[in-house]
Amino acid sequence: MDVLRRNRVTVTGRDDGPVVMLAHGFGCDQNLWRLVAPELEKRFRVVLFDHVGAGRSDASAWSPERYSSLDGYAEDVIEICRALGLGPVTFVGHSVSSMIGVLAANQEPGLFDRLILLTPSPSYIDDGDYRGGFSAQDIDELLESLDSNYLGWSAVMAPVIMGNPDRPELGDELTNSFCRTDPEIARVFARATFLSDNRADLAKVTVPTFIAQSARDSIAPREVGDFVHAQIPGSELVTLDATGHCPQLSAPEETTEAIIAFVQGP
Amino acid sequence: MARPGGEEADGSWAAGDRDQEQLSFSALLDDSAEDLYENAPCGYLSTLMDGRIAKVNGTLLRWLGRDREELVGREQFSDLLTVGGRLYHETHFSPLLRMQGEVNGVALELRAADGSRLPVLVTSVVKRDSSGEPLLIRTTLLDARDRRAYEQELLRARQEAERERERLRRLATTLQRTLIPPALEPVPGLDVTAHYHFASSDEVGGDFYDLFPLAAGRWGFFMGDVRGKGADAAVVTSLARYTLRAAAVSDPVPATVLANLNTALNQQFQDDEPRFCTVIFGLLEPEGGDRGFHVVLAGGGHPPAVLLRADGTADYLPTPGGQLVGVVQDAQFTTAVVELRPGDTMLLYTDGLTEARDLATGERYGDEALLDFVRALAPVSAPRAVQAVTGLLDSFGEGLDDDIALLAVGVPRRETPA
Repeated sequence: MDVLRRNRVTVTGRDDGPVVMLAHGFGCDQNLWRLVAPELEKRFRVVLFDHVGAGRSDASAWSPERYSSLDGYAEDVIEICRALGLGPVTFVGHSVSSMIGVLAANQEPGLFDRLILLTPSPSYIDDGDYRGGFSAQDIDELLESLDSNYLGWSAVMAPVIMGNPDRPELGDELTNSFCRTDPEIARVFARATFLSDNRADLAKVTVPTFIAQSARDSIAPREVGDFVHAQIPGSELVTLDATGHCPQLSAPEETTEAIIAFVQGP
Repeated sequence: MARPGGEEADGSWAAGDRDQEQLSFSALLDDSAEDLYENAPCGYLSTLMDGRIAKVNGTLLRWLGRDREELVGREQFSDLLTVGGRLYHETHFSPLLRMQGEVNGVALELRAADGSRLPVLVTSVVKRDSSGEPLLIRTTLLDARDRRAYEQELLRARQEAERERERLRRLATTLQRTLIPPALEPVPGLDVTAHYHFASSDEVGGDFYDLFPLAAGRWGFFMGDVRGKGADAAVVTSLARYTLRAAAVSDPVPATVLANLNTALNQQFQDDEPRFCTVIFGLLEPEGGDRGFHVVLAGGGHPPAVLLRADGTADYLPTPGGQLVGVVQDAQFTTAVVELRPGDTMLLYTDGLTEARDLATGERYGDEALLDFVRALAPVSAPRAVQAVTGLLDSFGEGLDDDIALLAVGVPRRETPA
């Protein structure tokens, strides 16, 4: 198994810079970092990848068993770090990938210098005093939305896209290609994402952690970011003046600055 | 769609009528851009880049049952959606819009003031200023109730089909288990190993085998292959399997066992399409001590067994002239006799093995290749022989399109003092 090919790992930026690994969340692929990557590449060695089943990863490596929980994705992150052999990385996880980073760093802390959690949520569903923002019924609604939107996915195109991860030109002309996912895979990832509860994993984090939340985010509201901050010992929190769940797209400059500031340290 | 001016070419109207018509058209075309926007047959919405609603048309307000003042400057587009839709908007729609500048025909649901839901198809485009900076997002929403209802039907039908397929698969698996022994009884002084390769999980294959005790310390075994697949084949497989066992109890002479099966198949299916199979039936008699087994085999059109000797040679064990079982009334079956000595292994298989395709060349694997393969293997124990051939099957990959059964019997080597 070629891990780097499986996850379509790309390494750019400065060879002598600290390694910053950018992990996309549920929905799209590594293109989500396109507005912040260029600035980061001037200072750091930047590692981008697609989760298996997303973007141009090798979808034949996907199985419902491995990817029904975030542990499978965390295992992939660890495998990528080992395969690259670039030493400890700063892991920047957006959305669900923030928890994937937490799981990976708790399992193999030696592989991680720092964690940057961008719009994290350890649990999306309300539970007692905890306000995740959603009910189980809301999540079912999302799964329905997934079923009715195929976003450029078609069974005819699938073999072309899946069989030729090395030939990006085959997929480029298709609209919605950044968020194109096999509906079956999307459904499993959505369940793994929105039904996960990683609240208990936060207190176990030993790696220096920085949390960047969006000022107005309907998926990971500020009280959730505050909760993550309170749970992870010694963590830092910054609230970006951004709207929406993807500040790396809606407020790329601020997001970039926050990442640079934390990686370079005081 | 009406085509203004189309009627002018008609030429049948009087000049006065034509003037009158043109006046009417002018009145119609006076339809102001403002009114067209407000009362268009679709919802219009303009939002700032942060999602806040800047402008909304009357059609959309009517669909939502909301006032303009409630929305403009106060709410975001995603606030108008169901919660599931909002999640989808944040994780797919909004990122795509940022990255490619437009998103086309995404299915979302609006949540109206009275709690009802309206399925819509949403298209958004980012409007940029002269320097290319994004200014605002223009969104069109189409009423998609009918389309959604139809899609729901399709979705339901697909889910139904998936459930049926799963049911069929379980049924086939259950049926298949009744046709193949889950485990073979141990035979004193003999290694026995079997393997079944399923070509399909939702169809019952036609291969079968068994090994079972008979009177006086003797053992019967068989391997067969019914032509075809599915329920029809399973009927024949089931009949063949139980007939062979019953026939062997009353008279275990292999050629007689096959003759009895031939009679049973001919009787059972005389009015239908002929149902037939290929079979090898064998009788194992221990020679006493550790001298091995005396084997009598009868073949009915089945690929010949392979004998892998302790001295490292290997060859086919022909049972020539044996006819297919179940085709003609008085079929003749031939017998072969072989002594299985310590270190010898006999392998039976079905023709899926030799008929597997090499995907690179498109050619069948063939008898010659199998003989080369086993010659390289001998001498070998029964478990190792089956393991090796199973590995060979794996190497065929997609080239395997038929079920394959393997059954190996071998006499263990004598323990040699160290």
